[in-house]
Order: sequence, then C-alpha cells, then structure tokens
Amino acid sequence: MDRRLSSRRLLAVVLLALVALLLAGTVFAQDDITDDDVNDVASDLYCPVCESTPLDVCATQACADWRELIRTQLSEGASKQDVLDYFARQYGEGVLANPPRRGVSLIVLWIIPILGIALAAMLFFRFMRGLHAPSADVVMSGGSPGDSPETAAVPEKPRPAPGTTSAELDDYISRVEDELGD
Amino acid sequence: MIADLGYISLLLAFGTAIFAALSAIIGVRLNDDRWVRSARNAVIIVFPLVVLAALAIIYSLVTSDFSLDYVWQVSSRDMPTYLKVTALWGGQAGSLLFWNLLMATFTAAAMMSKWRDQKALMPYVIIVASMTQIFFLFISAFIESPFTRLAVVPADGNGLNPLLRHPGMIIHPPMLYLGFVGFTVPYAFAMAALMSKQAGDNWIRTTRRWTLVAWLFLSLGLILGGRWAYDVLGWGGYWGWDPVENASLMPWLAATAFLHSVMIQEKMRMFKMWNMFLIVLTFCLVILGTFVVRSGVISSVHAFAQSAIGPFFFGFIAIMFIFSAYWMTTRRDMLKSENRLNSYLSREAAFLYNNFLIIAILAVVFLFTYYPIFSELFTGEKGFVGAPVYERALAPLFGALVLLMGVAPLTMWYRTSLQRLGKSLIWPALAAVGVVVLLFVLGYRDWPTLLGFWIVSFSAGLTIAEFAKGISARMRSKGESAWTAFNRLMARDRRRYGGYWIHIGVLIMAFGIVAVELHQQTTQVRLLSGESLTLGRYEMVFNSVSRYDGADDLQITEADVDVYKDGEFVKKLTPRIELYTRTMQPMTIPSSNSTITEDFYTILVNWEPTSANAATFRAYLNPLMNWIWAGGIVFILGTLIAAWPESERKRATVSHPSSMAPAAGD
Repeated sequence: MDRRLSSRRLLAVVLLALVALLLAGTVFAQDDITDDDVNDVASDLYCPVCESTPLDVCATQACADWRELIRTQLSEGASKQDVLDYFARQYGEGVLANPPRRGVSLIVLWIIPILGIALAAMLFFRFMRGLHAPSADVVMSGGSPGDSPETAAVPEKPRPAPGTTSAELDDYISRVEDELGD
Repeated sequence: MIADLGYISLLLAFGTAIFAALSAIIGVRLNDDRWVRSARNAVIIVFPLVVLAALAIIYSLVTSDFSLDYVWQVSSRDMPTYLKVTALWGGQAGSLLFWNLLMATFTAAAMMSKWRDQKALMPYVIIVASMTQIFFLFISAFIESPFTRLAVVPADGNGLNPLLRHPGMIIHPPMLYLGFVGFTVPYAFAMAALMSKQAGDNWIRTTRRWTLVAWLFLSLGLILGGRWAYDVLGWGGYWGWDPVENASLMPWLAATAFLHSVMIQEKMRMFKMWNMFLIVLTFCLVILGTFVVRSGVISSVHAFAQSAIGPFFFGFIAIMFIFSAYWMTTRRDMLKSENRLNSYLSREAAFLYNNFLIIAILAVVFLFTYYPIFSELFTGEKGFVGAPVYERALAPLFGALVLLMGVAPLTMWYRTSLQRLGKSLIWPALAAVGVVVLLFVLGYRDWPTLLGFWIVSFSAGLTIAEFAKGISARMRSKGESAWTAFNRLMARDRRRYGGYWIHIGVLIMAFGIVAVELHQQTTQVRLLSGESLTLGRYEMVFNSVSRYDGADDLQITEADVDVYKDGEFVKKLTPRIELYTRTMQPMTIPSSNSTITEDFYTILVNWEPTSANAATFRAYLNPLMNWIWAGGIVFILGTLIAAWPESERKRATVSHPSSMAPAAGD
C-alpha cells in the first residue's frame, strides 16, 4: 500500500517535472540569443557617452552593459524595433543611428537636402542655359580654333597651332597628336 | 626658465605679426616699398620666433617639467622620448601652437619663394596671411596657452591619450594640419589678387600649385587616418562619418572642386567668381574644421560656451567671411567670365557637373554633420546621424561622380559631338558589362553591387583607354616603343597624366569601397579553448589567452588563435585588448590576415579570467580591403606627379608665365 502510494507519488513528481521542463522550454525558447543578434540591434545605436562610436563595437564597460540589456530584452521576446524604441525613450533620440523621420530631422536630413539639390540643379541648368552662347557655331565655323578665345588670350602658344588639321579637329586622336607634337 | 623664454618668444611673434600687417598696410597706402620690405622681413622673423616657442614646449615635455599645465596634461615621466616630442600636438594648446608653427613656416616660405614673381601681390598677401597668423598667435598666447603654469607642481603627468600613442596617430595629425594650414596660403593669394586689382591669371598659378600641395597633405592625412582607424580602433572599418573626420573631409571636397574648376578659368577665362568662392569656402571650412575638432561643439552645443576658444573662432570665421565677401563684391567686375559656354557636352561643362556633384556631397555632409546642433537648438534634444544614413544619401552622388570621372576626360573644350563621344564610350561600357556578367556568374545578384562595379569598371576602362590612346599616338607619330612613349607622355604633360593617375587611384579605392561596404561579413561568438568559429571560407580556432604588462601603465590581454582557410592553416593571429590602467581606457587592437582578395580581421571582445578559458571574438571578412590602401598609394603618387615642380631647364624653356597655363591646362 505504502509502496503503491509512493510509486504514485513518484509518477506525479515525474509528470510535474516533465510539465515544468516543457514550460521552461517555452519560456526560455528565446534564450539562444547570439552575439550576432545583439550586434544587429546595437549597430543601429550610438551610446551617448562614447562619441560617435556605434554600440556594437564600443569597448567600454558602459556599452557592454547596454549590450547585455539588449540581450535581455531580445530574450524576453522584444523585436529589434521594440529595443530601439526603448532606448530612444530612455536616452533620447540622439542614440539612434537612423534619426526618426519627423520634426527637425525630417526637415534637416530629408527635405532640405532633397529640395536643396533639386533647386540647385534647376538653378544650375538655368545658369548654364544663360551662359550657353546662342552664336556658338561662330566659334567653330571659323574653321580654325586660332580664333577661339583660348588662343586669342594667349598669344604665345608653345605648341604649333592646330589649325592646320582643322578638318579633323573634332577627332580626338588628332588632338592628342597635336598636343604631343613638339 | 626655458618655458619663460618660449612664452616671451611667442609674445614677440604675436607683436611682430601685428607689425607685419600694419607695416604692409602703410606700405600700400603710402606706396612706399620700404614699408613693404619691412613687413616681409617681419613675416619671415615670425617663423624663428614661433620655432623657439615650440622648441621650448618640446624641451619642457622631454624634461618632464610638470609645472606647465600642458606638459602635465599630455605626458608622463615613463613615456618614451619620441612620444614626449609628438605630445606637442597631443592636446589642444599644443596643437594650436603647432598650427602656428606650420603657418609661420608656410608664410615665410611663400615670402621667400614668390617675392620676385608676385611682387605686386605681396603686400596684400602679407596683410591677409598675417590676419590669420595674428588670430592663431592670439589664441596661443592668451586664450589657450601651452605655457600656463600650475600652482602646485605634480610629481607625475597625466600621460598621453592612449589613442594617440600609435605610430599612425603620430603622423596623421601633422599631415592633416599641413593640409589645413596649407590652404591659408592660396586664400591669401586669392584675396591679395582681388585687393590689388590684379585678379588676372598670375595669382591662379601660384594658388593652384599651393592648393595642390595642401590638398596632397590633406589627402595623405585622410588616408592615414583611415588606416589608423582600421589598425587600431578595432571596428572593422576605415571611415565612420565621425564629425571630426567630416570636418577634414569638407575642406578637401571644396579644394577638389577648386582644383577641377580652376582649369576652366585657365583655359577659358570663365567662372573666376566661382573659383574665388571655392577658395574662400575651403579656407572657411579649414578654420571651421580646426574649431570643430578642438571645441567639441558637435557633441554638445553647451561645449561651445564652455570652451574658451569657441566664441573667438566663431568671431574669426565671421570676420573672414565678411572680409572675403566684401572684396568679392567690390571687385566683381574683375571676376566676370570672358567667355560663354558653347555646349552642354564640353570639357568646361563636364567640370561644372563635377563641381555641382562635389558641392552637393559637401552640402549633404555639412547638414548631416551639424544636424546635432540644429536638433539641440530646435528641440532641445540631442540628435545624431549615423554612418548608414550618410551612406544611403551619398552613394548615388558618389556613383555619379565616379561615372563622370571616366567620361569627362573624353570631352573636348568648346564642344564634343555626341556621336564621337558615344563611339569612345561603347567598348569600355561593354567591357564593364563583361565584368558585371562575371560577377553575376560568381553569385553576386544584388543590383547595388552590380551597378557599383559596372560604374567603377566602366570608368577604369575609360581612364586606361586615355593612356592607351596617348601612347599609341606617340608610337605612331614618333616611332617610339610603348614604354618610352608612356614615359614621355607623362613627362610631357605631368599635370594631366598625374590627374589621371589620381583618378586610377580613386577607382582602385572605389572597387574596394563597393566590395567592403556591400559585402562585409561579420560574426561574434564566445569560444572555449579549442572551439572555433566559421566565417565564409575561414575557420578560426581559439587556443589561449595570456595577460602581461606592457610599457608604461599598459596591461595587455592577448589571444592566440589559428586561422584556416578551406581547411588549410593560414596564419596565427594575436588580437589583443590594451588597457591603460591609469585611465582605465581600453583599446581593442585587431589582428588580421590580409590578402589581395580579402582581409580576415578579428578582435578580442572580451576575456573572463574567472571562467578559465572562455573568450568572445568578433571576426570580419572584408573583401578587397587592400585595394583601398593600394588605391590610396596610387592616389598619392599621382598627386606627386602632378604637383612636382618643373625642373629649372624646363621652366626656362616652356614656362613663359602666360603660356604655361593652357599647355598644362587640360
């Protein structure tokens, strides 16, 4: 009787242990967070103390602690974005490698560069059109580049005037030969 | 005692520089050459005076005179002598004195070498250069003096910042400073040309050569800085878009734009105003860069108010900017273009596209670098822009620039027909497609890699074709052998072919950069002794860790690992952690097996002596990393070819002042 009881008890203990193991298994399923997982998150963070060093490669103790914090959060099932949000909330958005696209960062990092470059490109081409001489052909149809401002402004040219080969002037090779003909 | 002499010498230099400026102004006003010559002599005398001041600091450093605050801050008794000497630029006050030393050297050199050539400009050069020198001497003598005494003399010093004890760090700052300070001379000549109403073409040659030399040093500084980061900082990279790095990249970009657009001015007499603006911009970015590096203004706006030099630098930049803008507007008639643009498809247009792209890159870097200031001013919260943001924004701009780098040399002045341009482009374009197909077969399927390699290969093909065309033209017309033709080609137009070598250097670097940026692999694993990690075709076996004392207060923890590739033993690596126990500052020194195709690079992240033999390693596989350094060397050699002074004989025959520019113009 006692023996049966104890064997029943044993069975209960074994069953309980099994259930506990299973439970533990699900709870700690996230436990195999690798260093690479941690670094993947850390590389998008900059600690506020060590200037401009990404968190994944920073050697200080403070940064090592932060990486442990990331590991803990990941093992509790947090996603990469969750962790980043957490750090931004706790330490300010200055810790994020990619500043969020709103407010000042949207204006300074997106709107000003994109609009600025687009506007500059527009002005640049308008400026080039303004410079673009309507009588451009005159220079070329003069036959000899000797009329061109290049030689006009520089009377003492060290090399022979390329005018002799004006028919092939447009040809690159002849230009090289002209320049080399000493 | 020696230090007092040094300080007196520094004060004398300050006074002499003021005298030089005043005397030059009087000389100009009275049109009296005696005052001008006196001003020149004063400028030259500033040089030995500053040398004396610097020697006094070096003497105090070497003899460990800790009664000086600066010596206490940056050195300690147990430091080796060479580090004590280089501690001259190891802290703020010392590096500002070093700035003064270089500036005085450059200005004196310019006085002595250019006095006869540029006599009419000289009084104005003295005025402008002295303004900068006076400012820096003022800062050194009264605001951030390295001669400040401590009330109580400590027994030992603080020691040099460990990051600065690496050989790379010993030469990297002087190179950057040489570049920075070098740009003050072209600025002085440009302003002098405006003020003296001699903004013809004379100043541009002097300015161009100086700019090229300063640019050479700055390039060298940037490349060495990258190498130092890779070898010492232990994060697997070479450029982190750090504000301090950006501060030296920005003047480099402005000067690069100038070195290109100045060719339009020499050839076509166009864009004089624009070139003047670029010189002014370079100078302002240099001063801003020096200030940013020194004041810590980026990390916090509040550092600005705390740093003693902040407001002074800000004031100086404002004064120089207004000064430059004033002279550019009053002399704007002299800066008019004498020519018009003939075609959108011409060399001069290509240089303009180049300038547009470089200035766009500069503007983006500027905004991103100073974003923390905007953020803190407007939201009160600190902000920061990480490297990935820079890379995303700048990749298309750099891609376009590299493409232009290949195509632009094929265009001709005035105009180029699309047909002919197309004809010279087609074969290199197809060859580059061949490279891409090969990569595709090898398994690279993502479009950024394929596009990146296509652009770089295309440009490389075009640049090599430029050499080939020149060589074959010479071989045909002169019957020279290929090798002779190649050498004579380079000798004949060193500026152009030096420029092409620089392009080739950039392209070799670009191959490496595309590969590393897009295909770097990394992993981090905790290993027990005997265990291994795998990365790509590499396997790394962890053997042991030893801990021992190094020089000074150094404690070294060194791991011993074996690297295998495809199962074959390659090399034993020894990544280590260096801990400076006095400041408890750790450094992770990587160890790598470097080959032409890739670097296997590893760092010891952590070692726990308590848990016996367990250590955490991080390993990187950096493809084509060596191409970046090789390209850097070609880049520097190309700059040397372009900047090397003409031989005396050649100068006598070829270089009549006005004919020199167009001959070397394209």
